[in-house]
Amino acid sequence: MPTMTYLQAISDALRQEMRADERVFVMGEDIGVFGGAFKVTDGFIDEFGPDRVMDTPLAESGIIGTAIGASVVGLRPVCEMQFADFVSCGFDQLVNVAGKMYYRQGLPVNITVRLPSGGGFSGGPFHSQNHEAWFMHAPGLKVVAPSTAQDAKGLLIGAIRDRNPVLFLEHKHLYRRVRGDVPEGTFATPFKTRIARAGDELTIVAYGAMVHTALQAAEELEGASVEVLDLRSLVPLDEDAILQSVRKTSKVLIVDEANETCAAGAQVAALIADKGFEDLDGPIRRVATPDVPIPFSPPLEQAVLPSVDKVREAARELLEY
Amino acid sequence: MATQTASASQEAASGVRSEHLTLDDRVALLRYMLLMRGIEERAMNLYRQGKVPGSFYDGFGQEAVSVGSAFAMSPQDRLCVLHRDLGAHLVRGVEPARIFGQYMGRAGGVTAGRDGNVHFGDFRVGCVGMVSMLPDMMLVATGMAMAFKLRGEARCAITWFGDGSTSRGDFHEAMNWAGLQRLPVIFVLENNQYAYSTPLDQQFAVDPIERAAAYGFPGVKVDGNDVEAMFEATRLARERALAGEGPTLLEAVTMRMHGHAAHDDMKYVPAEQVEQWRRKDPIDRQESRVREAGADVGALRAEVQQVIDDATRAGLAMPMPDPATATDRLFYEPTDPREELLLGDGRAPWSGFGTAGEDRRR
Repeated sequence: MPTMTYLQAISDALRQEMRADERVFVMGEDIGVFGGAFKVTDGFIDEFGPDRVMDTPLAESGIIGTAIGASVVGLRPVCEMQFADFVSCGFDQLVNVAGKMYYRQGLPVNITVRLPSGGGFSGGPFHSQNHEAWFMHAPGLKVVAPSTAQDAKGLLIGAIRDRNPVLFLEHKHLYRRVRGDVPEGTFATPFKTRIARAGDELTIVAYGAMVHTALQAAEELEGASVEVLDLRSLVPLDEDAILQSVRKTSKVLIVDEANETCAAGAQVAALIADKGFEDLDGPIRRVATPDVPIPFSPPLEQAVLPSVDKVREAARELLEY
Repeated sequence: MATQTASASQEAASGVRSEHLTLDDRVALLRYMLLMRGIEERAMNLYRQGKVPGSFYDGFGQEAVSVGSAFAMSPQDRLCVLHRDLGAHLVRGVEPARIFGQYMGRAGGVTAGRDGNVHFGDFRVGCVGMVSMLPDMMLVATGMAMAFKLRGEARCAITWFGDGSTSRGDFHEAMNWAGLQRLPVIFVLENNQYAYSTPLDQQFAVDPIERAAAYGFPGVKVDGNDVEAMFEATRLARERALAGEGPTLLEAVTMRMHGHAAHDDMKYVPAEQVEQWRRKDPIDRQESRVREAGADVGALRAEVQQVIDDATRAGLAMPMPDPATATDRLFYEPTDPREELLLGDGRAPWSGFGTAGEDRRR
């Protein structure tokens, strides 16, 4: 099984699906000749040509809106937002057109929108954001977020094959830092939660880059049996897997890199409070980014993002509760 | 490019009868307009009786715009339809009973009660229902045209939007995108003089038809109250699209003769403006044309009235949707991965299309 980075796994997923299905094509800003801001589609234009590796005008509403149109007549577009942050310019098309189409008129919208998300490298307020909660709140959109190279490939193929609009959150800080064995060919990973590390004293719930933060924190808690759940999918949320883990450990810490209010973790906390209360043996605790824009300067950015230290100390307090 | 289309514009605007229409076609155009007006008048009565929830929006006085342009579309073309354009749905073959069911929020309505008014599109006949953010659908239509071009298909997409839509960013993004890629799409700007209460002089400094040239394609002003002129201008735009010459912006100049919705008494519109447009009623105009040509308009009106009466009864007989289904069908999860739910082919009644939808005169 080949070893590849998270970024290479994303490229591999796109390449395999484009080879397997001529309806699949990619569109976005600077993705063709230039190969994309992060080089995810480097070399694609040579293999697939400019029609299927489409350099678009700088227009995010245009990218998403035309993708919707192409999908309802039979294509399977994969849109790249150059940075997830720019999806705010295409918000209306996603939320009002794509998300509601099937419910309103029975017409599915088969599009995938790739969102290079997250901070940790001085991207500043407009190149570091995590927007998943906006879209979790908008009915009709699916939201997935891989943390490993294998899942980056499997979840992206799953997103392309899914018959609904799917937002694929790929964490920029994982692009070249995370690597792993990735099966060859095509495989779709179900939108289900994964146990990243098994334990029975405390559950840490995370997704995306925070899975690695949580795993490192768990490693540093010597002698404690900590389970780390990698949600992988935020919509649909794998409620059974979350509640099952809480039943086993009775204590929960939820980590979000996103701003705290109404984040994905808040929904997980609400779920457990509602359906797992009898299993709890301590308060549901959260570590998240406070409700401020992501600052640029490294000490400021590190001050707001959830760190291994913050997660470890919150976990330690909960274990001692 | 602009000079070439100026003559087409003048020809279309003059209301000269299209040589591509038979008498049957011209009667059919009148029939769809009568059907649209009759259905909307009946629906307004149902609204006043409390049978149509929410509000009610109609296209009174604008019937020629949607009927004339939709009549030029082939079965394989695709349409993104606006809320004043019931005629397009009728041309494509949506049954009037389902339209009454739609207005009344019934299970048998086109959206089965999930959306109201003319916020619907029967995808099986190639129509996408609008969203309230009107120019959004300009991008969706542009995307359809992009797919047609990528696959080398001789088809086009058409979308309607109002004068207010020209102020939104999606208008620009769609016009720019379509012009840049020379896509087979027809943009119909339905200039009905008011966006809710906002008149044109508060909407734009320059007539939007002038903007088409800035995006690299022609803009053609059409008498939006002349159904044959609308047909002819759209037919020419479609010819351009299929020939690979790219998009066309058609500005259908018309007048919204009712308020924005049922609650709106339109006090902001000068009475003389309404009166002036009343004299240009699109149905009166087409009716006198076909009567002169020998058609039996009285019989036609009686037939249309019967269709509306029957459809009203059928709509009223439809049950309300089951509340237990309100959270169903949010996501499409086919059990057979080969299953496809895509826009289908619609009815194309123009005599210029053969039964398979090909243009017999090409």
